[in-house]
Formats: sequence, structure tokens, C-alpha cells
Amino acid sequence: MIKLSNIDKWYGAFHTLKDCSVNVSRGEVLVICGPSGSGKSTLIKCVNGLEPFQGGEITVDGVSVGAAGTNLPRLRARIGMVFQNFELYPHMSVLENICLAQLKVLKRPRDEAEARAFALLERVGLKDHARKLPSQLSGGQQQRVAIARALAMDPIAMLFDEPTSALDPEMINEVLEVMVQLAQEGMTMMVVTHEMGFARKVADRVVFMDQGEVVEDAATDQFFSAPKSDRAKSFLSRILQHV
Amino acid sequence: MHYNWDWSILLQEPYLQWLISGTGWTIAVSLAAWVIAVTVGSLIGIARTLPNRMVAGIATAYTEIFRNIPLLVQLFLWYFVLPEIVPEPLGHWIKRDLPLPEYTTAVIGLGFYTAARISEQVRAGIQSLSRGLSMAGYAQGLTLTQVYRHILLPVAFRLIVPPFTTEFLTVFKNSSLALTIGVLELTAQSGQISEYSFHSFEAYTAATVIYILITMGVTAVMTVIERRLPVAT
Ligand SMILES: Nc1ncnc2c1ncn2[C@@H]1O[C@H](COP(=O)(O)OP(=O)(O)O)[C@@H](O)[C@H]1O
Ligand SMILES: [Mg+2]
Repeated sequence: MIKLSNIDKWYGAFHTLKDCSVNVSRGEVLVICGPSGSGKSTLIKCVNGLEPFQGGEITVDGVSVGAAGTNLPRLRARIGMVFQNFELYPHMSVLENICLAQLKVLKRPRDEAEARAFALLERVGLKDHARKLPSQLSGGQQQRVAIARALAMDPIAMLFDEPTSALDPEMINEVLEVMVQLAQEGMTMMVVTHEMGFARKVADRVVFMDQGEVVEDAATDQFFSAPKSDRAKSFLSRILQHV
Repeated sequence: MHYNWDWSILLQEPYLQWLISGTGWTIAVSLAAWVIAVTVGSLIGIARTLPNRMVAGIATAYTEIFRNIPLLVQLFLWYFVLPEIVPEPLGHWIKRDLPLPEYTTAVIGLGFYTAARISEQVRAGIQSLSRGLSMAGYAQGLTLTQVYRHILLPVAFRLIVPPFTTEFLTVFKNSSLALTIGVLELTAQSGQISEYSFHSFEAYTAATVIYILITMGVTAVMTVIERRLPVAT
């Protein structure tokens, strides 16, 4: 469903993504890991055209992201995205956060949008917080609202960019639980994360990136039991030490 | 020094009338200039943050030019120079038929100058918001216009109410320069009272007190506005 073929991207003279190819099939969960600065965020932002790329092709559900004629807003509306720092709209209540794009992009009637918002808030365990401002919520709660906001658009796939990295440790699980449930329901997901417990539990495949390259792309079991590259081995030994 | 204090002259005619009229013109110049400043300044400020390099560049040039030429010089340029350099029929029209020429020129001059300062506040307000915030909007399928309209502008304008208050107060103070092209606003009228009555201290004290009252009024209004807006973090 998501197909990245030979993606090259530069920031000025800096070659950020080098010939990256990744596929995600419908219903598949792909975890992307790798050291900081390796290009994970950049790669995932190319998928919905938030970052332009200079070489290669990306298609989502058959639609080319980089092609000149593509209606990017329409494509983006079909792909949910969750950011490291939540990025909730700070001046709007939780309810309005979840309704905004439903109203303005999907043109849903307000009562329908609110009903959808309440259903999703119930699902992420925040039904009683609908009228609060984001600043009145904990980090874990904010991130669950952000997930609900993305799901409200009925996306065909979800992108996560380190969704738990900005959270205090005790809040990580409440967010991961929502994501695990989503994965088990068959959502197509691309998840940049260092939560290897999550990867083991729900990922179908793991991609390891380093210095702008896709170094390894393997089935989850294989990635953890027998990583091929030395770079992935040393990365794994570093982060698994602490688990 | 011997000086005959006589506050009662301020209540005598025609001086009282002059003070009232001067205050009226000060407020009229300032409010009209403020409307121009906020409208033009917001548009220019927004334009400076747009992805289109050319639009942003032109807007930045506006800010730099109007912010860096002294206001007094700008007023003279609008009033004395502009009618001479525009096509002749327009120049004639400005000189002969422009309604309230001094007032109109003062409003335009002060308005466009203040717009440059406002645009700087608007640009800074928008750019202080994280790139991630607008990305979140785009990621949901909102268009550039919708991201500005529903996310960036409402959040940024909450942040820039305090600097807006300062700019609004500055407009009132700067409006006194309108006297140089012949608008009989508060400072001009105080000068006139001082000349006719020889009571300079009383005249200028009255002007000072009125400026302070206006300032306090403006500050009070802006404080109410600020309180009404839920503060965004
Ligand atoms: N907007 C940008 N301008 C210039 N360089 C950038 C920008 N964003 C990221 N980079 C650079 O691109 C590289 C990859 O960044 P990123 O994708 O954020 O890595 P990761 O998410 O894996 O930590 C880094 O070296 C980073 O400094
Ligand atoms: Mg990153």
C-alpha cells in the first residue's frame, strides 16, 4: 500500500536519504529504528509529502506523492500522522482538535464529527476530557488525543514518528497500548520507534536505518535473532542493554 | 521666576473648545491609522511567512523601508513630495480635491509606518510557533489557507496582543507629529493655547494628562481583550 522506491533527498548539500526503498503492505506494521539523525523522521515525512524529495518515487494506495498533479491535501487526509511532540492545536479544546479537519477537510456535519470524536475519545480512554485544553492534559493523554485526532479522518494508514520519545516513562505504556490495539485491528502502520518491546509484539517487519540508508529490512523475528549487518547488531546491543 | 498659575484658563473659551477639538483629532488620526496599520501590517506580516519566496521578499522589503525611514520624513514625503511625483492629473487631484488633505495624509503616513512595525510583530508571532504545529495541520489534509486561518493565526494573535498594545499606544504618541503637516490635534492645540494665553505650563500639562488618560484607557481595553482569550501555551 505504501511503496517507497529509491528515494533520494538532500537538505542543501547534505544527502539526507540515500536510495531508500521500503514497502508496507495493507495491514502490515513496519517499525523503523536507527540512531538519531539517521533520517527516520525525514523518511516518514516524505510519505505524506510533508518533506519534498528529489529522487525516486513514493506511492500510497497507487497515488504518486511526488507527482506534480497530485492533490496533496486530499492524499494527506487519508494518511494519519502522529508526531513526537503531539502538536495538538493549543487554542482548541480536545474535542475541537479532533473535529477541525473532519469539518474543514471531510466536510462532515458537526454532530457527526462530534459523535466520531466522542467515540474515539472513549476508545483512547479520555471521554471525560473532551472540553479541556491540551495544556491541561499530561503528555500521555495529549498523545492519545493526537492519535484519536488522526483516526477521526478514517485513515487508510497511520504514520508514527517516535510517538513515545517525549513522554515520561510511566506514560509510555498507555500510548503503546492504543497503538498495539490499532495494529491488532489490522491498521497499516509505519512506526518510527525505539520501543523494541512494541516492535517484537506487533511489527511484521523492522527496518534499520543509518546515515540516510536503509541498512536492514527484515522480518521481526529475524531482525532480533539474527541481524545481518554489524551496524544493526551494535545498535541493538546498545538499546537492548537497558531493557 | 515669576509665573502666574491659572488653571482656570483651561476651562475658558475658546481654550476648552480647542482642547476638546485637539483631543478629537488626536483620537481620529490614531484610530484611523490603527485600522490601516493592523490591516496592512497583518497582511504584510503573514506574507513574510509564506513559502513563496517572491511574496515574502516583497513583504520584507516593505517592512524594512517603512520601518527605517523616520516617521517625520515619511509624513513630509506623503504630503509634499508625493503629489509632485505621481502623474499630473492625480497630483492635481491630491492638491485640490483630496478631502481633509492634512488629516488624510497624516492617517496614511502614520498607518503605513505603523503597519511595518505591526508586520514585524505578526511575523515574529507566527514564526515563534513550532514548524510541527503547521505540519500537523497539513498532515490532516488542511490547505495552506486553512492552516493559517484555523491554526497559525489564532495561536499567533493570542501571543501578540501584548506587543499590539504597545504599538497602539505608540500610534497615539506618534500622532502628535501630524501637527507638522497642519493637523490641529492635541499637541498643536496646546501649543496654540500656550501662544494665545501665555499659560504654557497649564496648556502642556493638560495635553500630558489627556495623553495619559488615553493611554490608560487603551491599556484597560487591551487588558480586557487579553483576559478574554484563553492563553495558548
Ligand atoms: N529541516 C532540515 N534542514 C536541514 N537539515 C535537516 C532538516 N531536518 C533534518 N535535517 C538533517 O537530516 C538528518 C536526518 O534527520 P532526521 O530525519 O530528523 O533524523 P532522525 O529522525 O532519524 O533522528 C539529520 O542529520 C538532520 O540534521
Ligand atoms: Mg526523528
